[in-house]
Amino acid sequence: MTLHQPIASTDVQAPVLTGAEIIVRALVDNGVEVLFGYPGGAVLPIYDALFHEPRLQHVLVRHEQGATHAAEGYARSSGKVGVVLVTSGPGATNAVTGIVDALMDSIPLVIITGQVPTGLIGSDAFQECDTVGITRSATKHNVLVRRAEDLSRVMHEAFRIAASGRPGPVLVDIPKDVQFAKAAYERPDTVAFTHAYAPRLDGDPARIREAVELIARAERPILYTGGGVINAGPGASKSLREFARLTGAPVTSTLMGLGAFPASDAQWLGMVGMHGAYEANHAMHDCDVMVCVGARFDDRVTGRLDAFSPGSKKIHIDIDPSSISKIVRADIGVVGDAGRVLAAMTAAWRAKNRRPASALSRWWAEIDGWRARKGFAYAPSSEQIKPQHALQRLAALTAGRDLYVTTEVGQHQMWAAQFLPFQEPNRWMTSGGLGTMGYGLPAAIGVQMAHPNSLVVDVAGEASIQMCIQELSTAVQYALPVKVMILNNEWMGMVRQWQQLLHGERYSHSYSSSLPDFVKLAEAYGAVGLRADHPDDLDAAIQAMLDSDRPVLFDCRVSKAENCFPMIPSGKAHNEMLLGDVGVDIGAVIDSAGRALV
Amino acid sequence: MPDALADTDPAPSAYDLSAAPEPEGRATFAAIVDNEPGVLHRVVGMFAARGYNIESLTVAETDHAARTSRITVVTRGAPHVLEQIRAQLEKIIQVRQVTDVGADAEGVERELALFKVRGQGADRVEALRVADIFRARVIDTTHESFIFELTGATAKIDKFETLMRPLGLVEVSRTGVLSIRRGPERG
Repeated sequence: MTLHQPIASTDVQAPVLTGAEIIVRALVDNGVEVLFGYPGGAVLPIYDALFHEPRLQHVLVRHEQGATHAAEGYARSSGKVGVVLVTSGPGATNAVTGIVDALMDSIPLVIITGQVPTGLIGSDAFQECDTVGITRSATKHNVLVRRAEDLSRVMHEAFRIAASGRPGPVLVDIPKDVQFAKAAYERPDTVAFTHAYAPRLDGDPARIREAVELIARAERPILYTGGGVINAGPGASKSLREFARLTGAPVTSTLMGLGAFPASDAQWLGMVGMHGAYEANHAMHDCDVMVCVGARFDDRVTGRLDAFSPGSKKIHIDIDPSSISKIVRADIGVVGDAGRVLAAMTAAWRAKNRRPASALSRWWAEIDGWRARKGFAYAPSSEQIKPQHALQRLAALTAGRDLYVTTEVGQHQMWAAQFLPFQEPNRWMTSGGLGTMGYGLPAAIGVQMAHPNSLVVDVAGEASIQMCIQELSTAVQYALPVKVMILNNEWMGMVRQWQQLLHGERYSHSYSSSLPDFVKLAEAYGAVGLRADHPDDLDAAIQAMLDSDRPVLFDCRVSKAENCFPMIPSGKAHNEMLLGDVGVDIGAVIDSAGRALV
Repeated sequence: MPDALADTDPAPSAYDLSAAPEPEGRATFAAIVDNEPGVLHRVVGMFAARGYNIESLTVAETDHAARTSRITVVTRGAPHVLEQIRAQLEKIIQVRQVTDVGADAEGVERELALFKVRGQGADRVEALRVADIFRARVIDTTHESFIFELTGATAKIDKFETLMRPLGLVEVSRTGVLSIRRGPERG
């Protein structure tokens, strides 16, 4: 033994890195490949660290809202966590809309914001804002990191919290001096988390048995599924299909849940809710057992609450205990992951000799009666492009293609949900809970980053598209061939529709005046501009859009005063839907429909 | 398009406004939370954002080693609202455990209150006598005033306040409810 004994080999010790390097290393170690961001003073050290990291691809957006929506599109279409990197102050506040959007729609995001140095916090420094204060109610969780020693743990925990349980956005606010400070880096598998957070994944077996017994005795069951099935991964969609096949029950879904159950399946009723399928809403109203899986009884789904599915027992399966009985009292609540609970229910169903799926023939006969009403019917035109027709042609011309669809918010979004058939989960990205105009284009960019060889179409309106039009520049920079199909009716169509139906046709500030020339606009950005304003030219224009290997802005001039039907008007029940029958007085339709079919 | 709809619907709205009020109850929730910056804001913000009432709120670090604090919040609401408040509390990442102390037979609730009473003559004597019955302590006195310190359940403190009011009650300061469970076990 000598006094000069060598110290232990350094490779067993945690490496000492700067805060900025820890952040970048943590991103890599959590499987991140792509992040969306915008540099600024308070994140320059992180951008410096990114400069040396070839494993991370950074997409430079044109506005921080675009970064959050792009990350949402990336996350929603890939099942991975979307990552956003923005600076302090305006960088953070611009990101807030997308963060709330992700919270409402349960999209896993990790948002890294720069902050002024710790010594300046609270001094109204340049580009300072109380980011954690502003985003506390906008996030699933947020943290201001005051010491570099805490960074690796906070970063790894952020990914875990964002992706597990009910997914959501987690924001990590990092002062600039913490990005420069040095600390030991800990890997995700060795770090000790400080929170007791442990979401429950497996449903209570007793409740599951009870639920299955209830469904087995039902004469008019319905499966009402939501975004939770998609968040639970592709296995959950498989389990849903299997359980539906075994039980023979009809399936409807929320806007967020489209694609979990194939639109081509005979058991598919179409979307539920305010602009949902006539048959779906009537089946929801008249069912005797409702099985809600990963949905949350949103007011756009339920319509008038005290008249919502009055005769049914409700089974509610959700990973978020606060969702159960929040709006509608559940007779049986099951807390757990949608996929695991559906698999357990399938096993419980199989364990006994149940009635065959064909036992529901009377229920299906009723449903067929509602289907015969053809609730999505619209008046065709040979002079004007009907927006519904445009979407039907898009569906026809993309059939069999590897297609992902995003939307903006409004009438076009509802028509897209009605007329585009989704066969697989993760193919449909839309802003459901928050209803954020401007979501679709940046979301499409995120989707295209996750699926470089797939076809990505943003179904847009002329008003929504202008809210994040600047991201066309991003698409051009990264050669992302996203297709923006603008159903241009020169109105904020959904606002106009409500003003027509509910505000005495007083069209207050809903006309899209002074529209840009979208073809020239596309060309100015370096993208392809297309236009069609006659039904005869529609197919060629859609085909040209699809055939292009560049980003395309397609100005599809549609009929101006088209309304989105069917529609559950305010304060009405599911069986009080308005239909869009051509030439028939709306009031007469609702009465006769109500009397004849309910 | 007919605007018959507008005529039949007196309050056009995108939302269902038909909800009827329900009878409310009171609950005392004790939440054990990770003691880190912002956690109180998150709890209080949740109440504010979702429109729940806070009747009283107490918070302090209670386990230095585990870095946990205890937040006791007294709230009102219909039964399903109280259930939802509890679920929303449990959803907060820093919240480790929530107990409905009010509904727990083993739950103990206490408040501490300070009362300033000003008066002379018979009122002053009566105030002292009532304080004695309630086992309140006199912690300050002048020729024309007392300050009483009283500990007890909310109802006892409310009762004391009612009795002191005609005797010259000037000011009240209350801690809000503290809570703990009887027996040797934690939580």
